[in-house]
Amino acid sequence: MKRALVVFGVLICIAILLFIWLNFRDEDAHPSTVSSGDAAALVARGAYLARAGNCAACHTARGGAAYAGGYGIATPFGTVYSSNLTPDPETGIGTWTSDDLWRAMHNGRSKDGRFLYPAFPYPNYTKVTRADSDALFAYLHSLPAVKQPNRDHNLRFPYNTQFVLAGWRALFFRPGVHETQADRSSEWNRGAYLVSGLGHCSACHASRNALGATDDALNGGLMPMEGWYAPSLHAESEASVSGWKTENVVALLKHGVAPGASVMGPMAEVVYGGTQHLSDDDLHAMATYLASLPTHNNEPKKVQPVDRNLYARGEEIYAKRCADCHGEQGEGVTNMYPALAGNRAVTITVPVNTIRAVLSGGFTPETEGNPRPYGMPPFATLLNDEEIAAVVSYVRNAWGNEASAVTAWEVGSLGRGTAAK
Amino acid sequence: MSLHVYRLRTLHAAVCSAVALLLVILAIPAQAAPPQDSMEQRMLACTACHDDQGRKGPDAYYPRIAGKPSEYLYNQLRHFRDGRRHYPLMTGLLDQLSDAYLMEIAQYFSELKAPYAAPERASLPTSTAERARELVTSGDKQRDLPACAACHGDALMGVQPAVPGLLGLPTDYIRAQLGAWKSGTRKAAAPDCMHDIAETLTPLEISIVSAWLSAQPIPPGAAPAPHGDKPPKECGSVLDAAKGARQ
Repeated sequence: MKRALVVFGVLICIAILLFIWLNFRDEDAHPSTVSSGDAAALVARGAYLARAGNCAACHTARGGAAYAGGYGIATPFGTVYSSNLTPDPETGIGTWTSDDLWRAMHNGRSKDGRFLYPAFPYPNYTKVTRADSDALFAYLHSLPAVKQPNRDHNLRFPYNTQFVLAGWRALFFRPGVHETQADRSSEWNRGAYLVSGLGHCSACHASRNALGATDDALNGGLMPMEGWYAPSLHAESEASVSGWKTENVVALLKHGVAPGASVMGPMAEVVYGGTQHLSDDDLHAMATYLASLPTHNNEPKKVQPVDRNLYARGEEIYAKRCADCHGEQGEGVTNMYPALAGNRAVTITVPVNTIRAVLSGGFTPETEGNPRPYGMPPFATLLNDEEIAAVVSYVRNAWGNEASAVTAWEVGSLGRGTAAK
Repeated sequence: MSLHVYRLRTLHAAVCSAVALLLVILAIPAQAAPPQDSMEQRMLACTACHDDQGRKGPDAYYPRIAGKPSEYLYNQLRHFRDGRRHYPLMTGLLDQLSDAYLMEIAQYFSELKAPYAAPERASLPTSTAERARELVTSGDKQRDLPACAACHGDALMGVQPAVPGLLGLPTDYIRAQLGAWKSGTRKAAAPDCMHDIAETLTPLEISIVSAWLSAQPIPPGAAPAPHGDKPPKECGSVLDAAKGARQ
């Protein structure tokens, strides 16, 4: 009995030590490499890297001062508010050193020692190099200081406790670096570094488990709070670019539009705030990496043929509301309106984006290659759920398209006009 | 075969050909004009609700935007994009558009000249309508409440470049805006004069002023006044527009 107790005690001690080790390992292992070089060049590089990570998208509240935080990120566990990254000593990161930023990026711990919520995507940023982290630090410290206190997160118990967060980290977070693959080109490696590190593509394009941890593969994921689906970059039926010309992938990231494709929803935000500002070399590298991702062709599942009445109703609505722009045969208009016939974004298994596009409409992002964009009306104000279900079911099955029908319930569950925060 | 019969046959053939031609013409489906490289085409995202001439929308809530002063429209577009006015569908549409494009959009709609729809039916009892008219045209000096007309023009059609007209709008829309200003959910550039004014108004006053404004007839050719007098209150939007004009 006594021996059993001792063994039990030892096991508990080992578990606690493991728990602690899992949360604190690999800290202070990567000292700063910044030499007293060209400070302005370092700041400029940091500004560029901040674009690559689109840091401002989350660290700037709508209409608020740049990088002063306060933007609410809705999660299934509650709302996490981004923090003030300006160099204000009281409310921002004015007293931080480059070591502190590095520990946040690489280990997910704040200057005061708190574990950070992975809404700040440090499972990706851990792969960012110390040199890039230092450049980001130089840039953030060059910004005008804004006095704006951080807002407390609004998370439910037990997700609001550091202990639970430590458990999450022990289970799902591993500090790491980008491992260069010697058998791949330097361009491919640069692309992999940007996609899996600062670009944090997997934050949306990977599925999340019940506790919100992502997979490494970019197999597509629902964004439950936004009501969008980030399509799989492996599936040929979704958003794989393996068969694409590299320059078309570059165009999509740079301009938001490419032959046969355009970005919408959260990806429009990524292009507008992030990728349109990247160099052609880096975009080329990302395209090279993305095109190399292993593909799988989702075996076309037998879909239930769409109900004839629903189809007819959808056809009627399409002729009245959609055909002027998207064409009677869903052929679209080059450089204005996307074709719907043969468009993966229309026939994708998860119909969320198609419904969302009809509900919210939108403009493609305004970029150098897409100035004065054309827009689509938000039909949430013009059609009811049944009508939207009918027209979406129609476009998913007209002109040779083949996909599941959509129900009014699916339309209703996405909410009406709740896209922008 | 006599000449007479021959003539009849020719006539018969001619009639048949004409009918056949007519049938062929009728059988060609009415083709919509192909999309044009124009602002009108680009703005279809807006005109679905704000009407093809920028008038009020299908459920009689959306405001008319045709012919409103350009700087006013530009300010509203930025307010929606930057979170000072709240309507998710508007915000979502404008999220990835630059100031320069928003200005072009504002100018496009400000130059649209669409006829006004008939005003809403007058619903106020005479004495209430008189009280509303007094508030609109004279304000209430004891409460430091300026007349609507003092800033929005004697004709209430707005003043260039940044003060909107108040006529030709749905009651519900006007009431909702005054309510939003009172509660602080609608904001404009500081100093936000409309917030101060709406705070002074009682809910009843907001209701009767909204109903009165929406029932006013609009004379043909009515347009924003080119210049206004000095506004009785400092308004950030007007000051910003003046600053912009000087630059």
